[in-house]
Amino acid sequence: MAHAHESNVKRIWMVFGLLSVVTVVEVALGIIKPEILYLTRFLGTSPLNWIFIILTLFKAYYITWTFMHMEGEKTWFRRAVVWIALFLICYLVTLLLIEGGYLFDTLGPLVNW
Amino acid sequence: MEANIAIPSDSRETWSGGGVRPFGASYGKMMMWFFILSDALTFSGFLAAYGLTRFKFIDAWPIADEVFTHIPFVHGNYPMYYVAFMTFILIFSSVTMVLAVDAGHNMKKNKVSWYLFATIIGGLIFVGSQAWEWKTFINGSYGAIKTSDERILHFVKDGHQIALSDFVVGNRGDERITHTKKNGLWFVSGETVPKYSVSQVIASYKADPSIQVKSELVNVDKKQKVILSREKGLEELLKGNQIVEGANLQVNEYGNTIFANFFFFITGFHGFHVFSGILINIIIFFNVALGTYEKRGSYEMVEKVGLYWHFVDLVWVFVFTFFYLV
Repeated sequence: MAHAHESNVKRIWMVFGLLSVVTVVEVALGIIKPEILYLTRFLGTSPLNWIFIILTLFKAYYITWTFMHMEGEKTWFRRAVVWIALFLICYLVTLLLIEGGYLFDTLGPLVNW
Repeated sequence: MEANIAIPSDSRETWSGGGVRPFGASYGKMMMWFFILSDALTFSGFLAAYGLTRFKFIDAWPIADEVFTHIPFVHGNYPMYYVAFMTFILIFSSVTMVLAVDAGHNMKKNKVSWYLFATIIGGLIFVGSQAWEWKTFINGSYGAIKTSDERILHFVKDGHQIALSDFVVGNRGDERITHTKKNGLWFVSGETVPKYSVSQVIASYKADPSIQVKSELVNVDKKQKVILSREKGLEELLKGNQIVEGANLQVNEYGNTIFANFFFFITGFHGFHVFSGILINIIIFFNVALGTYEKRGSYEMVEKVGLYWHFVDLVWVFVFTFFYLV
């Protein structure tokens, strides 16, 4: 790491502030659940869920890049870890969620409520 | 013999000797990253399986806000607050960890020790909070009736869920009590008999017209559980065959049993990571305090352990979203 010996304390606290604000926003939205975001649908789920997912990925980015110091690693080392994870997780999640939806579509009508 | 063992054929240092650093990362750090990658795939497997199961039962999945509503020492309905507190604790302990790593780069032994100490305390608070969360979940809050077709029925009054003890009157009617070791056969105890019997609950329901039954089914437009009419409620109640109080791997008063299974499995697996992270942090803390890394001239071990600790935080960010928010 090129800047291994300088102190990053200021940046660390800034990122902590950022993560805290994002968490507060998430919790506030989770408690209030504005109807316009919660009860409407957008791309298969509610806009509120999309907001939660995007904010989660935002937090994950900052934890990995700053706290785990991925930003300081060599480009291809970073890619060897991050790209593999992203590709495999997206692949797995896509297949399993499609499959879950299919299970509901086929088994749901058989359940008598 | 020589065919079976690796003998360095030249005088160059091997990777494990630490001389060669591909990608500018030491062996230990690189392997920690690839371990984290594989562990991340394990967790995503769990969360994706949770997603599949939830999609499969999408019309009757428990609503997290109605499950996790407690905070310690306070009565009432407070969804989200406690788990938000846990999230803060973990993010904060991540910050103290990264500060320890930062102090390590500057070879400040005392600062590294103190920050690591703070990280350990944060981890302990988190694991303690999770234990409390589990205890609350296992003990349950309201109690429910399970029907012969595996449905969970809750009770509501004026639109709010009420506990069995809030409306059930009279006595069990079948004289059953829990068989304990001190009665009858020595050292043999029976299954816990709930305080109320199913027939007693049904009789109490009939006696109080203000009580309604809430089914597991979710109203898609309002995203709320459907409250049944008095007649339909009674019809469902008559299928009841078990009182359910709390949640375990067999029954779950909050709804689908597999929700409880996933809760125990995913938060348990994460909690075990936190636990082992705390142990590793404690070992590293003593090494720092004894001056091991000072003598070695590098605090890289703190950095490697720090990676693991941040990963635990990273996983919690996702568990928090997919169990409590979405």
